[in-house]
Amino acid sequence: MAEESSRPGAGGTEQMSGGAVAEVRDVRLVYHEKSGETPAVAGVSFSVGKGEFVSLVGPSGCGKTSILSMLAGIVEPCSGEVRILGKKPDPRADLTGYMLQRDHLLDWRTIEDNVLLGLEVKKRINDETRRYADELIGLCGLSDFKRHYPRQLSGGMRQKAALARTLAFRPELLLLDEPFSALDYQTRLLLAGEVHSIIKGGGYTAVLVTHDISEAIAMSDRILVFTKRPARLKREIIIDLPGAEGREASPMERRSMPAFNDYFDLVWSELEGGLGDGYEE
Amino acid sequence: MDMKNNAPKRKKPPVSAEQRVFLGKLARRDRLVAAMRLAILLGFLLLWEIAARTGLVNDFIFSSPSRVFAATVRLYKSGELFYHIGVTMLETVLGFTLGTLLGTLAAAAMWWSPTLCRVLDPYMVVLNAVPKIALGPILIVWVGSGIKAIVVMALLVSTVVTVMTVLTGFNEISGEKQLLMRTLGATKRQIFIKVVLPASVPTLIGALKLSVGMSWVGVIVGEYLVSRAGLGYLIVYGGQVFKLDLVMASIAVLSILAAVMYYLVAFLEKRVLGDR
Repeated sequence: MAEESSRPGAGGTEQMSGGAVAEVRDVRLVYHEKSGETPAVAGVSFSVGKGEFVSLVGPSGCGKTSILSMLAGIVEPCSGEVRILGKKPDPRADLTGYMLQRDHLLDWRTIEDNVLLGLEVKKRINDETRRYADELIGLCGLSDFKRHYPRQLSGGMRQKAALARTLAFRPELLLLDEPFSALDYQTRLLLAGEVHSIIKGGGYTAVLVTHDISEAIAMSDRILVFTKRPARLKREIIIDLPGAEGREASPMERRSMPAFNDYFDLVWSELEGGLGDGYEE
Repeated sequence: MDMKNNAPKRKKPPVSAEQRVFLGKLARRDRLVAAMRLAILLGFLLLWEIAARTGLVNDFIFSSPSRVFAATVRLYKSGELFYHIGVTMLETVLGFTLGTLLGTLAAAAMWWSPTLCRVLDPYMVVLNAVPKIALGPILIVWVGSGIKAIVVMALLVSTVVTVMTVLTGFNEISGEKQLLMRTLGATKRQIFIKVVLPASVPTLIGALKLSVGMSWVGVIVGEYLVSRAGLGYLIVYGGQVFKLDLVMASIAVLSILAAVMYYLVAFLEKRVLGDR
C-alpha cells in the first residue's frame, strides 16, 4: 500500500489549491434547534481539483451531507470559507449540480421536460441548451424514453434521467449524495459504472457522499474519511487503481483488482477508528 | 432495467375461454347491482304510493309520488321550475368556484409564510368550529337580502374547509423535492408554481368536491333565511303554506341536481387524474 501515502500527481490538497474547482477552508457548521444545538462539521478543509472524483466517507449521520449542502450553497457555514472556482457558492450561479438519493423526477413531466427543469428554472432554455440536453439523454441511454413519464421507467433509468437533469446546465461541480443507495444491488453496480463513465468521459468534477466503501473505492480518485459527528477530516486516501495501458479503469474492473481489497481494509479500519474518536468526545 | 412502457404498444393477447367466463361473471354481478339499486327506488316509491292511496298515511302531510310528480309538472308548466333551479345552481356554482379559488389563494399565502400560518392558526380553528349559519342575520344586515348574501353564506361555509384541506396538501409535498428545486436555483415562486401546485392537483380536486357539498349547504341555508327565489325558497315557502307536495318536489329536484353535480366533479377528477 505505498500508493496512498505517496500522493502521486493531481492528488494532494496543497498542490490543488491553485486550480481547484472546490475549496473548503476550516469550515465549521452548527445546527440550531429549539431542543438544542448540534455541531455537524468541525473545522474541515479540503479541495477538489478539476476533473477529480472525490468521495466523502464516514459513519452515517456524520455531517457528510452537510458538507455537500455547503458546497451547493444551500447552507452557509458558521465559520470558515467555501469557494467554487473562487466564488461563494450560490445555487443560482449554475456552478454546482446536486443529485439526491432519490430521483425526485416530477411525475407530471415527461423525461425530457424533467431533464430541462434546471434550465427552465434558470430561464436558459434555447436551441443550444435543448440540443445539449438531448445529447445527455442519449448518453444516458434514454433517447427512446424522452416522451415517457417517470412512472414508466425503472429505478435505474429514473436515476439516470436525474443525472441528465443535473448535467443539463453544465455545472462545474457535481455533488452526488448517495445517488445509488435507493437502488437494488445489481442496478446499483451497473449504474455506478455508467455514471462513472459519463462523468469521467465528460471531464466533470465530482464529489460523492456514500456509506458504501466499495462504491467509493470503485469510483473515486481520492477518498476523504470523516470522523463521527461533528465531522472532522480523518484521513485522505488516494486510490491508485489504473486500468490497462494507462486508461481509466471502470468501477467493475477496479472491483476485481487485487489491491481493491487492501483499499477496502484500509478505509474500513479508518472508519472504525473514526467511530472510536466519536465516542471519546 | 425492464421496459414496462412497451406494454401499451403490445397487441392484446387473445382472450381465453376461462377469461371469458370470468368476465361474464363480472358483468352479471354488475347487472345484479344495477337491478337491485333500481328495485330499491321503485319499491320505495311503490310502497309510498300504496300507503298514501289506501289511507295508511295521510297524503296531505306525507304527500305521495304521484302528487310530487304532479307538483313538479305544475311548476314546470308555470315556467317557475327552471327559474328556481337556475337561481340555486348559479348561487351554488358561484359559491364553490369562488370558495375554492379564495381558499386556495389563502392556503398559498399561508404556505408561503409559515409565520402568517402560525399567526392565523387560532382564528382558523375558531372559524372552522363556529356554525357559519349563526352569522346569517349579520349577513342580511351587512350584505342585503339577495343572491349576494346567499353566495357569501356559501363562501363562508365552503372556504374555511378548503383552506385547511389545501394547506395540508401543500405542506405534505416532499421537502426533498423542494430541496432539489433549491439546488437548481429555483425561487420560492418557482418552487410553488413548478412543484407544489402541480403536485397538489389531487388535493385541489378533493377540496373542490368538498366545496361543492358545502356550497349546497350554504346556498340552501341562505335561501331559507333571505331569498325570494331558488329551491331553498320553494321548500321554506311550501312548508309555510302547508304545500307538502311542493316541498317534496323541490327536495326531489334538489337531490337530482346535487347528484348530477357530484358526478360531474367525479368525472372531472377521473379526467384530470386518469393519466397519473
